[in-house]
Amino acid sequence: MELGEGMKKIRLTVQLLFTILTNGYAYGFLGGKIYQGQLKYACVPGLNCYSCPGAVASCPMGALQALLNQKGFEIPFGVLGVFFLFGSLLGRFVCGWLCPFGLVQDLLYKIPVFRKRKRLPFHRILKYGKYVVLVVLVFAGSIFLLGGLAKVPAFCKYLCPSGTLFGALPLLGTSGQLRDQIGGLFYWKLGILLLLLGLSVKVFRPFCQYLCPLGAIYGWFNRFSLVQVNWEKDKCISCGACEEACPVGLSRKEISRSPECIRCGKCAEVCPMECLYFCRTGAKAEETQASGRKKIEN
Amino acid sequence: MSFWKKIRRQGWIWGVLAGMLFLAIGITGGQFTVIWRKAVMVCLECIGIG
Repeated sequence: MELGEGMKKIRLTVQLLFTILTNGYAYGFLGGKIYQGQLKYACVPGLNCYSCPGAVASCPMGALQALLNQKGFEIPFGVLGVFFLFGSLLGRFVCGWLCPFGLVQDLLYKIPVFRKRKRLPFHRILKYGKYVVLVVLVFAGSIFLLGGLAKVPAFCKYLCPSGTLFGALPLLGTSGQLRDQIGGLFYWKLGILLLLLGLSVKVFRPFCQYLCPLGAIYGWFNRFSLVQVNWEKDKCISCGACEEACPVGLSRKEISRSPECIRCGKCAEVCPMECLYFCRTGAKAEETQASGRKKIEN
Repeated sequence: MSFWKKIRRQGWIWGVLAGMLFLAIGITGGQFTVIWRKAVMVCLECIGIG
Protein backbone atom coordinates (compact mmCIF):
# COMPACT_ATOMS: atom_id res chain seq x y z
CA MET A 1 0.00 0.00 0.00
CA GLU A 2 1.81 3.11 -1.18
CA LEU A 3 0.60 6.50 -0.11
CA GLY A 4 2.92 8.65 -2.22
CA GLU A 5 3.48 12.39 -2.00
CA GLY A 6 0.16 13.39 -0.51
CA MET A 7 0.99 11.56 2.70
CA LYS A 8 1.67 14.74 4.66
CA LYS A 9 -1.82 16.04 3.87
CA ILE A 10 -3.42 12.65 4.48
CA ARG A 11 -1.74 12.38 7.87
CA LEU A 12 -2.76 15.88 8.93
CA THR A 13 -6.35 15.20 7.82
CA VAL A 14 -6.46 11.91 9.73
CA GLN A 15 -4.99 13.58 12.83
CA LEU A 16 -7.51 16.44 12.69
CA LEU A 17 -10.49 14.18 11.98
CA PHE A 18 -9.58 11.74 14.74
CA THR A 19 -9.06 14.56 17.24
CA ILE A 20 -12.42 16.12 16.34
CA LEU A 21 -14.17 12.74 16.34
CA THR A 22 -12.86 11.74 19.77
CA ASN A 23 -13.39 15.22 21.24
CA GLY A 24 -16.65 15.99 19.49
CA TYR A 25 -18.88 16.67 22.50
CA ALA A 26 -19.30 20.36 21.67
CA TYR A 27 -21.87 20.93 24.44
CA GLY A 28 -19.12 20.14 26.95
CA PHE A 29 -16.98 23.04 25.78
CA LEU A 30 -19.94 25.41 25.85
CA GLY A 31 -21.28 24.36 29.23
CA GLY A 32 -18.00 23.51 30.98
CA LYS A 33 -19.17 19.93 31.59
CA ILE A 34 -17.78 16.59 30.55
CA TYR A 35 -19.51 13.83 28.57
CA GLN A 36 -20.99 11.16 30.84
CA GLY A 37 -22.38 8.67 28.33
CA GLN A 38 -21.77 5.00 27.58
CA LEU A 39 -18.93 5.63 25.11
CA LYS A 40 -16.64 6.34 28.04
CA TYR A 41 -16.53 2.63 28.76
CA ALA A 42 -14.16 2.49 25.77
CA CYS A 43 -10.62 3.86 25.50
CA VAL A 44 -9.16 5.85 22.63
CA PRO A 45 -5.73 4.67 21.45
CA GLY A 46 -3.87 7.96 22.07
CA LEU A 47 -3.27 10.27 25.01
CA ASN A 48 -6.61 12.08 25.30
CA CYS A 49 -7.64 13.28 28.76
CA TYR A 50 -11.10 12.06 29.75
CA SER A 51 -11.62 15.32 31.61
CA CYS A 52 -11.50 17.21 28.33
CA PRO A 53 -15.05 18.63 28.00
CA GLY A 54 -15.25 17.27 24.46
CA ALA A 55 -13.84 13.78 25.12
CA VAL A 56 -16.29 11.04 24.21
CA ALA A 57 -14.11 8.12 25.36
CA SER A 58 -11.52 7.37 28.03
CA CYS A 59 -7.78 7.96 28.06
CA PRO A 60 -5.90 4.63 28.23
CA MET A 61 -3.24 6.04 30.55
CA GLY A 62 -5.85 7.50 32.91
CA ALA A 63 -7.78 4.23 32.73
CA LEU A 64 -4.64 2.23 33.60
CA GLN A 65 -4.04 4.39 36.64
CA ALA A 66 -7.71 4.23 37.67
CA LEU A 67 -7.41 0.44 37.75
CA LEU A 68 -4.08 0.51 39.60
CA ASN A 69 -5.53 2.94 42.15
CA GLN A 70 -8.21 0.53 43.31
CA LYS A 71 -8.08 -1.02 46.74
CA GLY A 72 -5.74 -3.99 46.75
CA PHE A 73 -3.90 -4.98 43.59
CA GLU A 74 -5.57 -6.25 40.47
CA ILE A 75 -3.84 -6.86 37.13
CA PRO A 76 -5.35 -4.21 34.81
CA PHE A 77 -6.37 -6.70 32.12
CA GLY A 78 -8.90 -4.36 30.51
CA VAL A 79 -6.34 -1.69 29.65
CA LEU A 80 -3.66 -4.28 28.82
CA GLY A 81 -6.17 -5.57 26.27
CA VAL A 82 -6.47 -2.09 24.76
CA PHE A 83 -2.67 -1.77 24.56
CA PHE A 84 -2.21 -5.22 23.01
CA LEU A 85 -4.99 -4.68 20.49
CA PHE A 86 -3.96 -1.23 19.26
CA GLY A 87 -0.23 -1.97 19.70
CA SER A 88 -0.29 -5.26 17.77
CA LEU A 89 -2.23 -3.73 14.91
CA LEU A 90 -0.67 -0.27 14.71
CA GLY A 91 2.37 0.08 17.00
CA ARG A 92 3.43 3.74 17.28
CA PHE A 93 1.34 4.55 14.21
CA VAL A 94 -1.05 5.60 16.98
CA CYS A 95 1.45 8.32 18.04
CA GLY A 96 2.05 9.56 14.53
CA TRP A 97 -1.52 9.54 13.24
CA LEU A 98 -4.06 9.32 16.06
CA CYS A 99 -2.78 11.18 19.13
CA PRO A 100 -4.28 14.66 19.76
CA PHE A 101 -1.32 15.86 21.82
CA GLY A 102 1.01 14.63 19.07
CA LEU A 103 -0.99 16.75 16.62
CA VAL A 104 -0.54 19.84 18.82
CA GLN A 105 3.23 19.28 18.91
CA ASP A 106 3.32 18.69 15.14
CA LEU A 107 1.53 21.99 14.50
CA LEU A 108 3.86 23.89 16.82
CA TYR A 109 6.89 22.38 15.08
CA LYS A 110 5.61 23.81 11.79
CA ILE A 111 5.89 27.40 13.11
CA PRO A 112 8.73 28.85 11.06
CA VAL A 113 10.84 30.30 13.86
CA PHE A 114 14.16 29.04 15.25
CA ARG A 115 16.44 26.55 13.57
CA LYS A 116 14.66 23.23 14.01
CA ARG A 117 16.23 20.31 15.87
CA LYS A 118 15.19 16.69 15.63
CA ARG A 119 16.46 15.79 19.07
CA LEU A 120 17.56 17.29 22.35
CA PRO A 121 21.21 17.07 23.43
CA PHE A 122 21.90 13.84 25.35
CA HIS A 123 19.16 12.15 23.32
CA ARG A 124 20.72 8.73 23.85
CA ILE A 125 20.11 9.04 27.57
CA LEU A 126 16.97 11.20 27.55
CA LYS A 127 15.04 8.85 25.26
CA TYR A 128 14.80 6.44 28.19
CA GLY A 129 12.89 9.11 30.12
CA LYS A 130 9.57 7.74 28.89
CA TYR A 131 10.34 4.32 30.38
CA VAL A 132 11.27 5.97 33.68
CA VAL A 133 7.95 7.88 33.61
CA LEU A 134 6.09 4.63 32.85
CA VAL A 135 7.69 2.73 35.73
CA VAL A 136 8.00 5.49 38.33
CA LEU A 137 4.91 7.62 37.76
CA VAL A 138 2.41 5.27 36.12
CA PHE A 139 3.08 1.98 37.87
CA ALA A 140 4.99 2.61 41.09
CA GLY A 141 3.55 6.11 41.56
CA SER A 142 0.01 4.91 41.11
CA ILE A 143 0.45 1.98 43.38
CA PHE A 144 2.28 3.43 46.36
CA LEU A 145 5.18 5.85 45.89
CA LEU A 146 3.93 9.40 45.61
CA GLY A 147 0.52 8.83 47.09
CA GLY A 148 1.74 7.23 50.29
CA LEU A 149 -1.18 5.24 51.66
CA ALA A 150 -3.74 7.04 49.49
CA LYS A 151 -3.10 5.98 45.91
CA VAL A 152 -2.95 8.74 43.30
CA PRO A 153 -2.76 8.73 39.49
CA ALA A 154 0.76 10.18 39.69
CA PHE A 155 1.33 10.60 35.95
CA CYS A 156 -1.96 12.47 35.45
CA LYS A 157 -1.46 14.50 38.60
CA TYR A 158 2.15 15.59 38.27
CA LEU A 159 3.09 15.41 34.60
CA CYS A 160 0.43 14.86 31.94
CA PRO A 161 0.36 17.97 29.71
CA SER A 162 -2.63 16.63 27.76
CA GLY A 163 -4.77 16.89 30.90
CA THR A 164 -3.73 20.49 31.43
CA LEU A 165 -4.25 21.51 27.81
CA PHE A 166 -7.41 19.60 26.91
CA GLY A 167 -8.93 19.21 30.39
CA ALA A 168 -7.87 21.96 32.75
CA LEU A 169 -7.80 25.01 30.50
CA PRO A 170 -11.27 24.57 28.90
CA LEU A 171 -12.88 23.58 32.23
CA LEU A 172 -11.25 26.35 34.25
CA GLY A 173 -12.17 28.80 31.51
CA THR A 174 -15.86 28.08 32.00
CA SER A 175 -16.17 27.16 35.70
CA GLY A 176 -15.56 29.78 38.37
CA GLN A 177 -16.00 27.13 41.07
CA LEU A 178 -13.03 25.17 39.72
CA ARG A 179 -11.00 28.36 39.21
CA ASP A 180 -11.31 29.14 42.92
CA GLN A 181 -9.52 25.89 43.75
CA ILE A 182 -6.40 26.61 41.68
CA GLY A 183 -3.19 26.15 43.66
CA GLY A 184 0.49 25.29 43.36
CA LEU A 185 -0.15 21.97 41.65
CA PHE A 186 -1.99 23.63 38.79
CA TYR A 187 0.84 26.12 38.24
CA TRP A 188 3.34 23.24 38.28
CA LYS A 189 1.36 21.45 35.58
CA LEU A 190 0.84 24.64 33.62
CA GLY A 191 4.61 25.26 33.75
CA ILE A 192 5.28 21.77 32.37
CA LEU A 193 2.74 22.32 29.61
CA LEU A 194 4.19 25.69 28.60
CA LEU A 195 7.73 24.31 28.70
CA LEU A 196 6.76 21.40 26.45
CA LEU A 197 4.75 23.55 24.06
CA GLY A 198 7.59 26.07 23.82
CA LEU A 199 10.11 23.29 23.27
CA SER A 200 7.88 21.78 20.57
CA VAL A 201 8.45 24.84 18.40
CA LYS A 202 12.17 24.05 18.32
CA VAL A 203 12.42 20.26 18.84
CA PHE A 204 10.27 17.61 17.15
CA ARG A 205 7.68 16.21 19.60
CA PRO A 206 9.72 16.46 22.83
CA PHE A 207 6.96 14.94 24.95
CA CYS A 208 6.56 11.92 22.65
CA GLN A 209 10.31 11.36 22.35
CA TYR A 210 11.26 11.73 25.99
CA LEU A 211 8.31 11.55 28.37
CA CYS A 212 5.22 9.80 26.99
CA PRO A 213 4.57 6.47 28.77
CA LEU A 214 2.04 5.52 26.08
CA GLY A 215 4.76 5.87 23.45
CA ALA A 216 6.97 3.63 25.58
CA ILE A 217 4.27 0.96 25.56
CA TYR A 218 3.38 1.18 21.85
CA GLY A 219 7.09 1.34 20.96
CA TRP A 220 7.47 -2.18 22.26
CA PHE A 221 4.93 -3.38 19.65
CA ASN A 222 6.67 -1.63 16.72
CA ARG A 223 8.84 -4.65 15.96
CA PHE A 224 5.96 -6.97 15.13
CA SER A 225 2.83 -4.84 14.67
CA LEU A 226 0.66 -5.38 11.59
CA VAL A 227 1.31 -1.93 10.09
CA GLN A 228 4.96 -1.51 9.13
CA VAL A 229 7.09 0.76 6.98
CA ASN A 230 8.89 -1.68 4.75
CA TRP A 231 12.44 -1.03 3.46
CA GLU A 232 13.41 -2.88 0.29
CA LYS A 233 17.14 -3.18 0.69
CA ASP A 234 17.67 -4.34 -2.91
CA LYS A 235 16.12 -1.21 -4.43
CA CYS A 236 17.81 1.22 -2.00
CA ILE A 237 20.51 3.48 -3.50
CA SER A 238 21.62 4.75 -0.05
CA CYS A 239 20.94 8.39 -0.97
CA GLY A 240 20.17 9.21 2.68
CA ALA A 241 16.98 11.16 1.84
CA CYS A 242 14.93 9.09 4.28
CA GLU A 243 17.38 9.58 7.13
CA GLU A 244 17.41 13.33 6.50
CA ALA A 245 13.60 13.46 6.41
CA CYS A 246 13.04 11.27 9.49
CA PRO A 247 11.89 13.71 12.18
CA VAL A 248 13.22 11.55 15.00
CA GLY A 249 16.60 11.01 13.29
CA LEU A 250 16.50 7.27 12.67
CA SER A 251 18.76 5.44 10.25
CA ARG A 252 17.07 3.55 7.40
CA LYS A 253 17.74 0.25 9.15
CA GLU A 254 15.99 1.50 12.28
CA ILE A 255 12.95 2.97 10.51
CA SER A 256 9.71 1.21 11.43
CA ARG A 257 11.10 -1.40 13.81
CA SER A 258 12.74 1.03 16.23
CA PRO A 259 10.60 1.86 19.28
CA GLU A 260 11.24 5.52 18.44
CA CYS A 261 9.59 5.36 14.98
CA ILE A 262 6.15 7.00 15.04
CA ARG A 263 5.31 5.82 11.50
CA CYS A 264 4.76 9.37 10.26
CA GLY A 265 5.68 8.19 6.75
CA LYS A 266 8.02 11.09 5.93
CA CYS A 267 10.72 8.60 4.89
CA ALA A 268 8.34 6.96 2.41
CA GLU A 269 7.31 10.34 1.06
CA VAL A 270 10.83 11.44 0.13
CA CYS A 271 12.28 8.12 -1.07
CA PRO A 272 13.15 8.59 -4.78
CA MET A 273 13.23 4.84 -5.42
CA GLU A 274 9.99 4.11 -3.56
CA CYS A 275 11.78 1.45 -1.56
CA LEU A 276 10.14 2.61 1.67
CA TYR A 277 6.39 2.17 1.92
CA PHE A 278 3.61 1.29 4.33
CA CYS A 279 2.70 -2.37 4.30
CA ARG A 280 1.48 -5.09 6.59
CA THR A 281 3.85 -7.44 8.41
CA GLY A 282 5.07 -10.30 6.26
CA ALA A 283 3.66 -8.88 3.03
CA LYS A 284 7.09 -8.79 1.40
CA ALA A 285 7.97 -12.29 2.51
CA GLU A 286 4.70 -13.58 1.07
CA GLU A 287 5.42 -11.82 -2.25
CA THR A 288 8.89 -13.36 -2.36
CA GLN A 289 7.49 -16.83 -1.64
CA ALA A 290 4.79 -16.38 -4.32
CA SER A 291 7.29 -15.26 -6.95
CA GLY A 292 9.55 -18.18 -5.99
CA ARG A 293 6.66 -20.61 -6.49
CA LYS A 294 5.88 -19.07 -9.91
CA LYS A 295 9.51 -19.50 -10.99
CA ILE A 296 9.45 -23.17 -9.95
CA GLU A 297 6.17 -23.77 -11.81
CA ASN A 298 7.56 -22.12 -14.95
CA MET B 1 12.14 -19.52 7.15
CA SER B 2 13.37 -19.92 10.72
CA PHE B 3 11.03 -20.58 13.61
CA TRP B 4 11.71 -17.19 15.20
CA LYS B 5 11.12 -15.32 11.93
CA LYS B 6 7.79 -17.09 11.55
CA ILE B 7 6.85 -16.21 15.12
CA ARG B 8 7.80 -12.57 14.53
CA ARG B 9 5.77 -12.43 11.32
CA GLN B 10 2.77 -13.74 13.15
CA GLY B 11 3.49 -11.76 16.31
CA TRP B 12 0.72 -9.27 15.67
CA ILE B 13 -1.87 -12.06 15.44
CA TRP B 14 -0.81 -13.41 18.84
CA GLY B 15 -0.86 -9.84 20.15
CA VAL B 16 -4.40 -9.26 18.90
CA LEU B 17 -5.56 -12.58 20.35
CA ALA B 18 -3.93 -11.76 23.69
CA GLY B 19 -5.53 -8.31 23.55
CA MET B 20 -8.97 -9.80 22.97
CA LEU B 21 -8.45 -12.28 25.80
CA PHE B 22 -7.33 -9.51 28.17
CA LEU B 23 -10.27 -7.35 27.12
CA ALA B 24 -12.66 -10.22 27.82
CA ILE B 25 -11.11 -10.77 31.26
CA GLY B 26 -11.32 -7.03 31.94
CA ILE B 27 -14.95 -6.83 30.85
CA THR B 28 -16.07 -9.84 32.88
CA GLY B 29 -14.11 -8.56 35.89
CA GLY B 30 -15.95 -5.25 35.74
CA GLN B 31 -12.81 -3.23 35.09
CA PHE B 32 -14.46 -1.07 32.44
CA THR B 33 -17.10 -0.01 34.96
CA VAL B 34 -14.27 1.25 37.19
CA ILE B 35 -12.83 3.13 34.20
CA TRP B 36 -16.25 4.56 33.28
CA ARG B 37 -16.90 5.74 36.85
CA LYS B 38 -13.56 7.56 36.83
CA ALA B 39 -14.03 8.98 33.33
CA VAL B 40 -17.47 10.51 33.83
CA MET B 41 -16.39 12.61 36.84
CA VAL B 42 -14.08 15.59 36.39
CA CYS B 43 -10.65 14.20 37.31
CA LEU B 44 -9.27 16.84 39.68
CA GLU B 45 -5.77 15.34 39.54
CA CYS B 46 -5.78 15.51 35.73
CA ILE B 47 -6.67 19.20 35.70
CA GLY B 48 -4.17 20.02 38.44
CA ILE B 49 -6.37 20.95 41.37
CA GLY B 50 -6.73 17.59 43.14
